[in-house]
Parts: sequence; structure tokens; C-alpha cells
Amino acid sequence: MKKSMGKGRVVSAVLIKDLRIEARSRVVTNQVLPFAGLIMIMFAFALDNDDVLQRVAGGLIWLATIFSLFVIVQRSFAIDTVDAALDSLRVAGIDLSAVFLGKAIALTLQLMALDVVLIASAFLLYQVQVSAVGLVLLVTCVTCATTGLGFVGTLYGGLTAGTNGRETLLPLLLLPVVAPVLIAATRATEAAFGSGGAATSEGWAWVGLLTIFAAVFGIGGSLAFGPLIDE
Amino acid sequence: MSQSSRKVSNTGTQATRVIGVLAIVVMIWVVVSGLVLTPADVVQGESVRIMYVHVPSAWIAYVAFIVTAIASAFYIFAKRHSLGFDRVAGASAEVGVMFMAITLITGSLWGRLTWGEFWQWDPRLTTTAFLFVTYIGYLAVRGLDGSTQQRAKRSAVVALLAVLEIPLVHFSVVFWRSLHQGATILDPNGDVKMDGLMLFTLFSGVVGFTLVFIWLVLHRQRTMLLSDLAIERGLDNAILERQNESARN
Repeated sequence: MKKSMGKGRVVSAVLIKDLRIEARSRVVTNQVLPFAGLIMIMFAFALDNDDVLQRVAGGLIWLATIFSLFVIVQRSFAIDTVDAALDSLRVAGIDLSAVFLGKAIALTLQLMALDVVLIASAFLLYQVQVSAVGLVLLVTCVTCATTGLGFVGTLYGGLTAGTNGRETLLPLLLLPVVAPVLIAATRATEAAFGSGGAATSEGWAWVGLLTIFAAVFGIGGSLAFGPLIDE
Repeated sequence: MSQSSRKVSNTGTQATRVIGVLAIVVMIWVVVSGLVLTPADVVQGESVRIMYVHVPSAWIAYVAFIVTAIASAFYIFAKRHSLGFDRVAGASAEVGVMFMAITLITGSLWGRLTWGEFWQWDPRLTTTAFLFVTYIGYLAVRGLDGSTQQRAKRSAVVALLAVLEIPLVHFSVVFWRSLHQGATILDPNGDVKMDGLMLFTLFSGVVGFTLVFIWLVLHRQRTMLLSDLAIERGLDNAILERQNESARN
């Protein structure tokens, strides 16, 4: 009898599968990125004040990220539920926590790419500035925040996968959960940009909170994902 | 109506009737004492009377969500995944959402009179609002399509995740800002600064609301049981009818 795949191999197989689907379909590149860019432009129309835009740039970046998260998660799980692909993974007898980790890492990488573009658009559209030390804080903040969002997005995406009304249920469930990420990532990004006279050092405590969030939902998600889709 | 069908459709027992009568008596006392007997506060004036509803409802809302979490944990971790735990969790969450709404409404009214605003972005208020939305989401998950076991498993996981989420939300909002009035009754030094009758009325409110909570949860989980039985029997009857039909043909 053929030996079942190890956890690491399952993680990398699911990760490569999700990234390959994105590379072939280019949904994030062709649809989600323009959508997020439009959000940044629409905020500029709505606020219509350069000083205010510079002050709130951090919050706008993370709001655009969270709105885009819903789109990416729903698409990722819509593909997995078509033709019962998720059920096929389940009956293959592989470790479902590895499936969770693979999908979460793929989602994190897509969110990271999205944030690079969003931050670049904030430099261009809102004229924010960042020092060398601020850049280190910004990179750490993006890494920790997108990791947390990747874990929590995958977990709740699995929960609502294949259910009626998932388009409206996912934001209702996810928004309260990602509130700590929105608050912490916004404050850390503002510290990195020096918005409103914030010192860069103020941002590190928020990065700590983002790390705790990612760890809690990484562990919680690994344990809960299997029972959630094991139906 | 036959004796057996009356038994099935009845959600009351001797115990719930006793709890119900006790709840009515205590609540009448709270209304009379809170509105008539207790004095107005030196600083807050008449608005302090809102506290006799606000504090007990907040207490019950948090107790309800703890009950939901514990019942969900029992459902998930017990060897025999008993739907009884799921029904208690669901009933408790429904009643908790109702009490949380009362907490938010009475808190807003008190805030308007005391702070001059219906809403302030204070950690405790914000956490309470997030808890309210989280459990509305929990109830939405309970309403998803699927079998009763699927419903139980999904909602139990969401309830346990909420236990992880709430401290994180609270901690982040505390970091963010703090304005709420400090603890008056649960002072860490045990120094209670309240008139005796006011304090007694407040604790009566807590007891009364707890009795109302228990009464509502007991009845609600029994109506859920009846609803689940109706679905099961409906399915059994439909199968039986089809079998009889095919036997006749």
C-alpha cells in the first residue's frame, strides 16, 4: 500500500495548487488589484483633502486589504467546492490541518502582493513618506497582519464554503474577528508613515498584537478547520 | 388534543413554573424599588435608575455567552456528540443577544444623559458591540442549511472561536482608547461606594434577570428539541408514506 503524503508535502501541494490557479486565472491580478486600487481612489474622492488623506492613509490601506480579503477568500473556496474538490481532499485521508496551512499561506502571499501595490498607491496618491526605520516596521507589520488575515480568512472561508448566502455571511462573521488586525495594522502603519506626528517606535507594540493574533488563529484554525469541513 | 401530543408540545415543567413565578416576584420588586423606593444619585440624578436594568442585562449577556461556549465545548469534546448541548448553546446565545441589545440600548440612553452622547468609542462599549455582532453571526451560522449535526458542529466551532476573538478585540480596543466609568461595585479593594438599598436593588436585578434567563433558555431549548423532532418525524413519515405507496402499487 502506498504511504500517505507527509504534512509538509500536503502543505506545499495545496499552496502550489492555489498559486497555480491564480497564475492561470489571474483573478487577483486582473480583478482584485484594480478593485483595491479603485477603493483607494474613491477614498480620495470622498475625503478630498491632502492632509486628511496623509493622516488616514494607514487605515485606508488596511480597509482596502480587508475588503479584498472577502473577494479572494470567496473565490478560493468557490473553486474548491465546485465538483466537490474539497470533499475529494477530505476522502483522500490527508491531514486537513495541512490543507488549512497550505491555503492560508497561499492567501497570505496574495494579500502581501496586494499590500505592496496598495502601499505604493498610497505613496503616489496620498504623498505619504517613510524613513528607513519606518520601512522595517512597515514590512514587519504587513508580514504579521497578512499572516493573521490569511489564517482567519481561510478558517471562515472553510466554514461558509458551499453554504447558501455565503457572500453576505462571510463579511458578517469576518469583520468583527479582523477588527484587532484593522486597529493594530492601522496604528503600526501610521507609526511607520509618521502620520499625525506618530513616532516609529510606537508601532512595535501593535506589531506584537498582530503576532499574537496570527499565532492564536494559526493554532485555532489548524485545530478547527478539519472538523468544520469534515461533514 | 390527545394526552400524548399535549405532553410533547408542552415545554413547561414544575421547575420552570417555580422559576417563572420567582422571576416575576423578583422583577416586580426591582421595578418598585428601582423606580420608587431608591433615592436619586447625588451626581447622576434620576438617570442612575437605568443602572438597575443595564448592569444585570450586561451581566446576563456575558453569562449567556459563557454558557454558549461551555455547552459548545461539551458538544465538540464529548465522545457522544449530544445535540442537547448544541440546543442549550443556541438557546443561550439567542437570549444573550437579546440581553446584549438591552445593554447597548440602556447604555446609550445613560450615556446621552451622563456624557451628552449616545455613543463613545470606549473599550468596554466597543467590545460589547463587537460581541453583539459576533453572536448575531453565530445565530446566522445556526440558520445555515444542512443537517442538525452539521449545524451543531459549525456553530460549536464558531462559539469556541468567539472565545478566542473577544479577548483580542477587547485588548486591542483598550490599547486604542479608554473612557468608561471605572468599576464601582466590583472594586478590587472591596470598597463599595453605594447606598445600601441601591446596592440591594441592583443585586435583586441581577438575581431577577438570571431567573428570567434560566426560564427563557429552558423553554427555548425545548422548543428547539420539538423543532428538531418535527423535522426528523417529518422525514420518517415521508419515507413511510413512500414505502406504503410503493407497497400498494
